[in-house]
Amino acid sequence: MSSLLGARRDPRMARAGAVVLGIGLAIMPFVVGAGAGTAWVRVLDFALLYIMLALGLNIVVGFAGLLDLGYIAFYAVGAYLYALLSSPHLAVAFPALAPGLHWPVWVILPLGALVAGTFGVILGAPTLRLRGDYLAIVTLGFGEIIRIFMNNLNRPVNLTNGPQGITQIDPISIGGVSLGRSVEVAGFVIPSVYLYYYLFLIATLAVVFVSIRLEDSRIGRAWVAIREDEIAAKSCGINTRNIKLLAFAMGASFGGVAGGLFAGFQQFVSPESFTLLESIMVLCMVVLGGMGHIPGVIFGGILLTVLPEALRYGAVPVQTALFGKVLIPPESLRMLLFGLALILVMLYRPAGLWPSATRKRELAVAREAAEGRSE
Amino acid sequence: MLKVRELRVAYGGIAAVKGVDLDIADRETVCLIGCNGAGKTSTLKALARMLPAHGEIRYRGDDIVQWPAHRLIGEGLALVPEGRGVFARLSVLENLAMGAYCRDDRGEIESDLQRVLGLLPRLEERASQLAGTLSGGEQQMLAIGRALMARPKLLLLDEPSMGLAPIMVQKVFEVIQTIAAEGVAILLVEQNAKLALSVSSRGYVMDSGLIVLADSSAMLLDNPKVREAYLGGE
Repeated sequence: MSSLLGARRDPRMARAGAVVLGIGLAIMPFVVGAGAGTAWVRVLDFALLYIMLALGLNIVVGFAGLLDLGYIAFYAVGAYLYALLSSPHLAVAFPALAPGLHWPVWVILPLGALVAGTFGVILGAPTLRLRGDYLAIVTLGFGEIIRIFMNNLNRPVNLTNGPQGITQIDPISIGGVSLGRSVEVAGFVIPSVYLYYYLFLIATLAVVFVSIRLEDSRIGRAWVAIREDEIAAKSCGINTRNIKLLAFAMGASFGGVAGGLFAGFQQFVSPESFTLLESIMVLCMVVLGGMGHIPGVIFGGILLTVLPEALRYGAVPVQTALFGKVLIPPESLRMLLFGLALILVMLYRPAGLWPSATRKRELAVAREAAEGRSE
Repeated sequence: MLKVRELRVAYGGIAAVKGVDLDIADRETVCLIGCNGAGKTSTLKALARMLPAHGEIRYRGDDIVQWPAHRLIGEGLALVPEGRGVFARLSVLENLAMGAYCRDDRGEIESDLQRVLGLLPRLEERASQLAGTLSGGEQQMLAIGRALMARPKLLLLDEPSMGLAPIMVQKVFEVIQTIAAEGVAILLVEQNAKLALSVSSRGYVMDSGLIVLADSSAMLLDNPKVREAYLGGE
């Protein structure tokens, strides 16, 4: 007889895999740093930030099926919140606050998650009845509104310092140790980017953990039900309004945390970092990797952060070796190849590079059906 | 069980349901028939709280006309939506599990699952298949099975025969009769008037947003006006 309780994977294998993965992740910056240089560890840091963003967007787009083209706005909210609360800038607008607030990171990050989550609800509430392309347009507008606000809120009160952005942001410091400087441990110097790697890794693992737990939860199943059929979801007793708002809020709060980490890491934020192209990049990570499939989304995040960088470092030497001069500047080549890759993936792996078992099964069944017809 | 008075539904300025009265007793199977655009589905959707409506919908004593849709299932009022509405990218079993979303009595859910699979053996065969890959008839069975997983007291069925092969229609209606025999009250909305009247005890005929005839199904089957308008005038 069929049962609702599925079979579990072998726990010993899973544990062994986790140990290997853990060691690999722990020594990763040293291997990469020694092999390819510290600049690449910085790329790793960004890859982790983008994984967090992609996992956050995956909740909205992948789980709940709500197309969001303005997701980077929540990253911006988190980043600006961190910037305002830990730089001298706030004293410009409010001299009473001199020399700025300089709050600790463990206050700002949860606050960032909360504020970004609230912005998620603000976006979600008026768009509850929209789906697909209509929702995409409204969210796109929302993302732009936030960016334009950041760009212009230097008047009448200088809150965001406009296009110049906010500088002199405190580096993240944990337990009195600033991650902005290299730290010496037993005669061993660990550079700042390595320290940030470990911080971001912990944050990413937390985000992955929350994502997995959410997917397996009642809420996760409700999201999937809404994605599949909203009326049927309602008739199963799902409060579609609250569950959709929760998807927006959860996704946004991941973005808010990532934004805060980004601001502390860069020590500088400006509206330029939060353009529509960034939203689309994060969406591409989700779609290319495998919408709704956590490992796929992580893979997509790594791929789309590391490949463009590889291209940036590799394009010039390769072209000079081949043609004797640089024919296409790396920046243009990057977008060209990126577009090409996107088309190829959509043609040959429409469910993403690493789709979930369900999606794979679905495509396999569709293929069998097609073959059955052609016989 | 259900007492509807002066039910009105409008889309923008256009009234689709213009004051419908309806009653369903415990354990009773009632059908609502009529042509395309008569307001049958709008009535049903209003009863399931999927559409804003005015009037009185008294379900087991409570006026539910302002209730949100998701509250109904916990009270035993389940809808099988038009066009089946299965969760296409979930397996058959996952679909059935969604039907029990609001319940937390695990052991009971498992025994209900076995009961539903016993009633609908085709679903048992296809338990791990994705719902979207089932045939139309199987999807209809699944939608009914999913509603049964909530242990409904009143089941609202919207056009269960729509788009199905005649043999599947037969099977679906056999299942509906079995469910009715187990004591679940049923409101059946159908275009296939003959079939609907043959499985129900009473029927309402709807036209242009109003109930134009209400009688026992046997009487409606014999009614010359009904025969001419809805049964092909044999």
